[in-house]
Amino acid sequence: MRQATLPILTVVAAIFALWYLGAVWLNSDWAYDKAVRLDKDLTFSEMVIDTWSQDKPKLPAPHQVAAELWDTTIDKRITSKRSLVYHSWITLSSTLLGFVLGTGLGIALAIGIVYNRTMDMSVMPWVIASQTIPILALAPMIIVVLNAIGISGLLPKAIISMYLSFFPVVVGMVKGLRSPDNMQLDQMRTWNASPTQTFWRLRLPSSMPYLFTSLKVGMAASLVGAIVGELPTGAVAGLGARLLAGSYYGQTIQIWSALIMAAVLAALLVATIGMVQRATLKRMGLS
Amino acid sequence: MKTDTVISAKDLSLTFQTGDGPVHALKDVTLDIAKGDFVSFIGPSGCGKTTLLRAMADLEHPTSGTMTVNGTTAEEARRARAYGYVFQAAGLYPWRTIAGNISLPLEIMGYDKAEQARRIQRVLELVELEGFEKKYPWQLSGGMQQRASIARALAFDADLLLMDEPFGALDEIVRDHLNEQLLKLWERTNKTICFVTHSIPEAVYLSTRIVVMSPRPGRISDVIESPLPRERPLDIRDSPEFIEVAHRVRDGLRAGHSDDV
Ligand SMILES: Nc1ncnc2c1ncn2[C@@H]1O[C@H](COP(=O)(O)OP(=O)(O)OP(=O)(O)O)[C@@H](O)[C@H]1O
Ligand SMILES: [Mg+2]
Repeated sequence: MRQATLPILTVVAAIFALWYLGAVWLNSDWAYDKAVRLDKDLTFSEMVIDTWSQDKPKLPAPHQVAAELWDTTIDKRITSKRSLVYHSWITLSSTLLGFVLGTGLGIALAIGIVYNRTMDMSVMPWVIASQTIPILALAPMIIVVLNAIGISGLLPKAIISMYLSFFPVVVGMVKGLRSPDNMQLDQMRTWNASPTQTFWRLRLPSSMPYLFTSLKVGMAASLVGAIVGELPTGAVAGLGARLLAGSYYGQTIQIWSALIMAAVLAALLVATIGMVQRATLKRMGLS
Repeated sequence: MKTDTVISAKDLSLTFQTGDGPVHALKDVTLDIAKGDFVSFIGPSGCGKTTLLRAMADLEHPTSGTMTVNGTTAEEARRARAYGYVFQAAGLYPWRTIAGNISLPLEIMGYDKAEQARRIQRVLELVELEGFEKKYPWQLSGGMQQRASIARALAFDADLLLMDEPFGALDEIVRDHLNEQLLKLWERTNKTICFVTHSIPEAVYLSTRIVVMSPRPGRISDVIESPLPRERPLDIRDSPEFIEVAHRVRDGLRAGHSDDV
């Protein structure tokens, strides 16, 4: 642990340094423009300070993003429409719903594929094809169609999340359910075990390492799905809505803080699965 | 076929269709195994020992000829759970304790909890693993794991035990000990045992009959009835009778080899 701290801190410091330099480089034009209009001479240090404190910078400096994050998470009541916690919750709820739906669909398809020859031959190509369609093209259609039949709000976004998250689960679970070797399957045969008994006692437990790996990928995909689902709908709430509103009004600081919030959310969700994974696999003697 | 015949193979042939042509794993194998026999199968690698055992277990299907187990087809015998099969690898589930592993076939066969517990205790005693029921497989040595897997095969009281090189991966000292235990177990339970091995001393020490096989195509080249008494201390291996039987087995193996040069 100790030994890892120093290199990590070095990298973080380097990233911040580059970020500040980038802010100077990208925002300096605007700083000089303003100075010319006010007919003022700008020293180098004045220019640098200006690039790090503009209202709508091309690239906001880290401390501006941090201040915005602080302002919109800690200072605002979480029921406020300007609270990032509120927007995160909106996105999180459709992420989780979509994740649960996607995991369920993924596992169900995987079981079908492993146990049914026809499904094995016919479903997998469609599953793969489904992921070659850009989600950005598909998302508006899903929203519009569901709206037309009277479904709006959480579910359409969750369905886009599901659409992205079921894929890694299918692929991982097919592999996992097929992971028992011939000897283990023959052993079940010698006991004349039924397919159901073989599933619950051998195939499903054996697939756990594969399931957790897929769940991590699926969770991240789910979050992307939820954010993408908020973009074309003119949604007023959610991290996607914050991103979109930010880009309409050139509120780069708002965009960046929403992005960072999304990243933090993803990291927390994936880490949670990681913890469950470690505990489960350790208990099962599989790690 | 006598009434106490457990396994009867008649003109049994088994051919695998592979990418580069058919492999004749077994050719015209005829063999009767009587109840209470301890039969070892020995022969060079690839001579079809595993295939023959798997055919008895209905894990492979003969191309021609017949295989009966307890007077029924191999498939019916498998469905009736007529045999316990011990694979070369112990194959215990890491997420189950030793007791949990032994109860696995019992759960599948629908024994109730009390009966499961009773049987687990009994078979753990048979393989001398009392007190290890709550341990996980990784907490046991390789030899103990293999004993647990034998206990699992014994748990549901099949009269027939099929063992495919169960001690192949263990060192000689552990193997000697397990052989001794297996003989005791065989005597106490009066089971019929088919045992595949690569080791001449192991085959001679354990068996009442030794089936010597030769490859390409896999067939039986000799069946040796052992003159050794059923009661066998380990040092019987230094007796002249033992050495003579071992010689016959070695000759049989050599004869099987010479005609495919
Ligand atoms: N599933 C299979 N498909 C194709 N060929 C097979 C298959 N199983 C076995 N064989 C072939 O059948 C022959 C007999 O194999 P088998 O495993 O019965 O030999 P064995 O006597 O058990 O050998 P070993 O002592 O190495 O375990 C071999 O030539 C092997 O390559
Ligand atoms: Mg073999």
